[in-house]
Amino acid sequence: MSVAIKIENLSKQYNLGTIGTGTVGNDLNRFIAKVRGKEDPNLKIGETNDRTTKGDSSLVWALKDINFEVQQGEILGIIGKNGAGKSTLLKILSKVTGPTTGSIKAKGRIASLLEVGTGFHPELTGRENIFLNGAILGMTKLEIKSKLDEIVDFSGVERYLDTPVKRYSSGMMVRLGFAVAAHLEPEILVVDEVLAVGDAEFQKKAIGKMQDISTNQGRTVLFVSHNMGSIQALCNKSLIMKNGQTTFHGTVEKGINLYLKDNIGNANLNLVDRKDRKGKGGFVFTEIKIYDLNGNELKSIMSGMDFEFRLHYKSSERLKNIVARIELTNSKGNIITVLNNYHCANPFQEINQIGYISCEIKKTPLNEGEFILNVSCLQNLVLLDHVDNAYQLIVNEGDFFGTGKLPTIKEGVLINQKWGIYD
Amino acid sequence: MKVNLAEKEEWDIEIEPKNGLLSLNLKEVWRYKDLLMLFVRRDFVAEYKQTLLGPIWYLIQPTFTAFTYLFILNKMGGLPTDGLPPMLFYLSGLTVWGYFSSSLTKVSDTFIANSNIFGKVYFPRLIVPLSIITSNLIKLALQFSLLVFFIGYFHFTDASFTFHFHKELLLLPLPIILMAGISLGMGLFISSMTTKYRDLKFALTFGVQLLMYGSAVIISLNTIPERFKEILKWNPIANVVELFRAILLGNHSIDWFGVIYSFVFLVILLFIGAIIFNKTEKTFMDTV
Repeated sequence: MSVAIKIENLSKQYNLGTIGTGTVGNDLNRFIAKVRGKEDPNLKIGETNDRTTKGDSSLVWALKDINFEVQQGEILGIIGKNGAGKSTLLKILSKVTGPTTGSIKAKGRIASLLEVGTGFHPELTGRENIFLNGAILGMTKLEIKSKLDEIVDFSGVERYLDTPVKRYSSGMMVRLGFAVAAHLEPEILVVDEVLAVGDAEFQKKAIGKMQDISTNQGRTVLFVSHNMGSIQALCNKSLIMKNGQTTFHGTVEKGINLYLKDNIGNANLNLVDRKDRKGKGGFVFTEIKIYDLNGNELKSIMSGMDFEFRLHYKSSERLKNIVARIELTNSKGNIITVLNNYHCANPFQEINQIGYISCEIKKTPLNEGEFILNVSCLQNLVLLDHVDNAYQLIVNEGDFFGTGKLPTIKEGVLINQKWGIYD
Repeated sequence: MKVNLAEKEEWDIEIEPKNGLLSLNLKEVWRYKDLLMLFVRRDFVAEYKQTLLGPIWYLIQPTFTAFTYLFILNKMGGLPTDGLPPMLFYLSGLTVWGYFSSSLTKVSDTFIANSNIFGKVYFPRLIVPLSIITSNLIKLALQFSLLVFFIGYFHFTDASFTFHFHKELLLLPLPIILMAGISLGMGLFISSMTTKYRDLKFALTFGVQLLMYGSAVIISLNTIPERFKEILKWNPIANVVELFRAILLGNHSIDWFGVIYSFVFLVILLFIGAIIFNKTEKTFMDTV
């Protein structure tokens, strides 16, 4: 396999001001430096500023010294929080804006899909817009013509093909836009969260199409998304970006785990100090701890063991009719199960102003992995306090079945079972 | 060993901070010629959708403007029209001026009006101004046919005016090319500057209005005092408007000095416009 994209020392500086460098003076400085063949003096301001104190200068580095290579046929998932520089990177890759320093070298055509249906004109019909949009994305009229049937078929809007797109629903517009883009045949495809739109069926179709593009046609795809699910389904390499720099480049699984670990950093914060709560208040969870049934505090547990959650709380008065609820999710945020004292027992008649609510679990049916707890407290089914990512439960491999063996699925559920054969 | 391999690699695309001073990459523009034609089509089809008269509006505008000038300037104001029937004088001026002013105004708006598309997809930005110049040509052709109609009308009804077929008519594309070039060059320059300084947009709107009075559209260069003429003949637009009339209507001989002057002006303007456009193209998304 050969290298399809090579990015070297790529940096991009933005100015937070409105025009130019902010002032005509700085503009002039920059101009004079340029005429004299010197480096832009404003670049230095941003650089030193970034190292020492932040916030003095309006110059920021959206990307700083990015270096990586992408192999041909690879689907690289780019992960990062908002403002990490993902979109800037894609913009430079798709030549929408230029880098401040550094370079990108690539083999073949790059087509970018930062938005589907770019350049759709509302007055033109679906058919006319297929041609217009296709040409904007770099196809020739002939190419589009030869693929018209496929595009129409993929989009599923053939009935409205000769209707102006202003009469389309937004979903139809997206379908049509994606259909055109999916039939581009660039060597490198740059995609930015376009899959976030459209219904589930269409998303599935879109992901399938992108997989097909890369595996069967040997094309390289760069894909940015917040959705770990689609990154996992689609990509075979991942890249994590943070504050304009790449912090990880490697396998998808490791990348996602690293990102999620970083993302649930909130869980390390003292629960009582958390500000991102929901509910009407009067009751706050202050701390969550786990204990074994002998009263020893634990840091992590094992599959199959007995343990106890202790949800410490404070309330403004003695409260009646209280329900506590623990949502157990895997590290991707999918709910595994919900524990509460409403369904499996009865609401607490009355609780003290300070104390802890205990929840005992026997023979933990969780497989190895990291689970996240979202906790909430309700009074008469009114939410008093709710915190997402309140606690991270680490489960280690344990002998759940008493056989010394465990399935290798991570963050899964284990169920006691009995097998047999009968005639 | 690995270094050697890297040296050998050939890259199709290299994205770097700066473009070359004049790397317009016309080959790439050519590759996107279909897009240019689709833009032209879009402009034409979309503009008059849901109107009753459609492209006839292209003809109504200059006709009524010319009539207005005829009554106010010629009949009431008594301004001479260089030995031509006033209607023909005004309409010919308006036709070629209209091409210039609408091309210039729209090309000047290239970056701002298209920032939405430009921010999402790359294609040679030059396609947009070129498509504007081209779609205005269609409009020009329609208005020219209106002019031809009036020429025929005056040829048969007005004894003082006769239309001659002469070989100078073959030069007719010349003023059009000059206008296209000048409006493109000027538009490229202004559109690049407006991404940073929006002031220019306002200056342009009324600047174009004022320029019309000095561009021989309604007042012929031959009928104004000599000292004003000395100044106005340095206006390349006025030269082109006069050239258009001279070729089509034969009211006076072609001023070759003016033609060459306008051409030199065009070349310089296009050159500067292209350099600045080329420079802006790469980073305008950050400033627009």
